[in-house]
Amino acid sequence: MKSTELPPYAQAMGMTFADPDDGSPVITMDFGPRAIGRPGFFHGGVIGGLLEMAGFAALAAELERQGLDMRIKPINISTEYLRAGLPERMFARGEVVRAGRRVANVRIEAWQSRRDRPVASCWMNFQLSPKRD
Amino acid sequence: MDQPDSREAVIAAFTGDVPFDPSIWTERMNAGGHSGFIGMRYRDHGSNWIELGFDWREDLVGDPETGVLASGPIISLLDNATSLSVWTRTGRFRPQVTLDLRIDYSRAATPRRPLIARAECYQMRRSMAFVRGIAHDGDINDPVAHAAGIFILVEGQDWAK
Repeated sequence: MKSTELPPYAQAMGMTFADPDDGSPVITMDFGPRAIGRPGFFHGGVIGGLLEMAGFAALAAELERQGLDMRIKPINISTEYLRAGLPERMFARGEVVRAGRRVANVRIEAWQSRRDRPVASCWMNFQLSPKRD
Repeated sequence: MDQPDSREAVIAAFTGDVPFDPSIWTERMNAGGHSGFIGMRYRDHGSNWIELGFDWREDLVGDPETGVLASGPIISLLDNATSLSVWTRTGRFRPQVTLDLRIDYSRAATPRRPLIARAECYQMRRSMAFVRGIAHDGDINDPVAHAAGIFILVEGQDWAK
């Protein structure tokens, strides 16, 4: 994916790009029927999905900055759920810790009304490979 | 199964300490909300494990070029399956929250194939449940993803609103 495009799943969930923060894309989504887990709160899988989109977008933006056109595949994700996801808008932003030739490591956080009180945080590892034409 | 007809009844059904029937509870959870959108269904269960699945759909795709599923729905499926495996093991429903969930994507899911998750609660402590799961697209010996996580058991009053 490019750093400015979201795939069908993200679009179906109502995820969109918000203003970038310190050069890194921010992805946001509103609470709605498709996001509900236990009654009145975000589903943990939705939060995971939003974190992953922010991770992809952050890495795609970093590779674009470096002028690299690589295939990106997720290897794994580990999420800590820190607070309940309240029925209001949620944001997520990733930070590329390292983008090497084969692997990239990204840290991502999701938050709601207060940036300093994250709802969830995670790390993701990605496999990078040259694009086949 | 009784259809709760008020918001209070729905919350009571989710927060009380009540017997847990895996297939009934799964169908109830999957009737709406995010699980309903993904289209999750109950498949099978044993003493400490449960199996859920959903069908491939265009709007769940993460890579439009290949048709490979996004990983979000895979996380959601494994989150639900691991969560339900705790209540399947104890035979009671009790409110819990996800402390952490790790997922290793061992290969891409085959486009247009249903995705299945089998999850088990392999250990319980008074306030914690340890879970693991596998997602596959037809052959459990050729997994798409592996999950490991911990749920924290909580008091009911603020668990659902």
